[in-house]
Amino acid sequence: MHDARSTMRRPIGLRLWLSGGWVTLLVLGAIFAPLIAPHDPLYQDLFAGRMPPVWVDGADPNFLLGTDSLGRDVLSRILYGARLALTVALVAGVLTCLIGATLGLIAGYYRGWVDMVISRLVDIWMAFPPVLFAILLIAVLGTGLTSIIIAIVVIDWTRFARVVRAEAMTQGTMDYVASAQVAGRTRFGTMLTEILPNVLPTILALLTLEMGIAVIVEAILSFVNLSISTDAPTWGGMIAEGRTSVHQAWWVLVFPLITLFLTVLSFSQLGEGLKDYFDPVLR
Amino acid sequence: MSFLDVENLTLRIVRGPRILRAVSLSVDQGEVRGLVGESGAGKSMIGKAILGTLPRAIEVVSGRIRLDGTDLQTLSARERRRQIGAQVALIPQDPLTALNPVRRVGPQITNRLVDILGWSKDNAQARALELLDEVHIPDPARVMRAYPHELSGGMRQRILIASAFAAEPKLIIADEPTTALDVTVQKQILRLIKNMQAKHNTALLFVTHDLGVVSKICQSLSVLYAGKVIEDTDTRRFFAGPGHAYSQALLHATPKYTDPDDSLTPVPQQVIDAVEAEVAEFDKGLGA
Repeated sequence: MHDARSTMRRPIGLRLWLSGGWVTLLVLGAIFAPLIAPHDPLYQDLFAGRMPPVWVDGADPNFLLGTDSLGRDVLSRILYGARLALTVALVAGVLTCLIGATLGLIAGYYRGWVDMVISRLVDIWMAFPPVLFAILLIAVLGTGLTSIIIAIVVIDWTRFARVVRAEAMTQGTMDYVASAQVAGRTRFGTMLTEILPNVLPTILALLTLEMGIAVIVEAILSFVNLSISTDAPTWGGMIAEGRTSVHQAWWVLVFPLITLFLTVLSFSQLGEGLKDYFDPVLR
Repeated sequence: MSFLDVENLTLRIVRGPRILRAVSLSVDQGEVRGLVGESGAGKSMIGKAILGTLPRAIEVVSGRIRLDGTDLQTLSARERRRQIGAQVALIPQDPLTALNPVRRVGPQITNRLVDILGWSKDNAQARALELLDEVHIPDPARVMRAYPHELSGGMRQRILIASAFAAEPKLIIADEPTTALDVTVQKQILRLIKNMQAKHNTALLFVTHDLGVVSKICQSLSVLYAGKVIEDTDTRRFFAGPGHAYSQALLHATPKYTDPDDSLTPVPQQVIDAVEAEVAEFDKGLGA
């Protein structure tokens, strides 16, 4: 007997190629920033201030994307900024995911009073305005990488908890969960073998989405100067600086903005693409 | 003493109405008992109560379920799960949702053997292959590696049957195992269940609303209405002439495929009124 369904293979779509490509490029750029960055991101040259990018008249070919008002190389700053952005995205994203998804899974599968406690906590949490909450937290904790990560985890775990709880709840009513119990699986074992694999594609999509959000939050915090030390290159900091001189040197604002935009977009698209690719059930 | 003994089982929705009213039934080793009734009569709930998979909102008010003489209520949750896992299996209603879509079929069959009976992975694997062959699945090795969505509904139901018989259970609860399948496949699956049951000498509780199916495979049957056993008899006597007016009407309402122009006969209103009165009488007796 031959069943065509089993021989079906899904191609890697354009969406996955583009978003994955951009993220890979950025990761490589961030890791090898000291090797590939053409200049020291902190080196100032007041005589070379506000140089336009190479394809504009009056540019210095040494500065591919131009320089800011203090004569620092924009490309190098973007590359070094990517280190912070991606570190925050990865660490904060994964931590948020672990905490939120675990709570959501337990609430959705065990229901009862556990669910009551977690759900009420989520409700209360969501009543706080997130950005204000983050700024307040940083104000209390002090600036620095750890504080940014803590702030993101604290304000955003509810996103995972809510979605994963809902998914786990629908999975919990499925016949195969009952079958596993009849076959002698413990409740905890059932949760791990029957429920978790089914919500994993969703968790994966949420994780990359969360990474994008972490990048945004980090940019917002550095925009208002609440990120890491003020002289370190950050995308949000560059945007804040570029904003003041946008009429004289648009490139100082535009390039970090485009990078930020593409990164966040790629993260969310990567998640959706991976979810479709790994989910054995065509949805 | 029968293998499965359900005695005066009463269930209700928590702080709500009763859904089973002092149900008693028994299934012997090698016996096939049909459990028939309309939608919502509580047929599936009996199965769920035995298996311990009742929804959270439903509680056991009273009654006893004995498995091979052991009262299940006296066991700890852990011991009960072990007993059920080793002795009872379920053939579920809907093959499309009864297999986990993200796990391969093989482990879903062998899990029970490894978890409950402590078999080695290789032994369980060999046994699963043998069983898939027994339920006439071609190329079982390939099917073991497949995901459920790669297989048709009939194939999945065969896999579930194989999986139910895998641990040589003494009792199988089949909860309308053919309802979700189309008519031609239904017949094959039914024959398969019957053959497997006879071969393994399993006690089978067959939940259905199809009296035609009952006449083909069951030795005895219980008729359920509003969670109350209306009639408990053997199949031959039932089809020769059921004792209770409701059973008669139910039998009369079975569509006759031999005469497609014949219109369906509903259960007459006075029969329903009479049986409702009987249920109300019963509730009054309990002081509800």
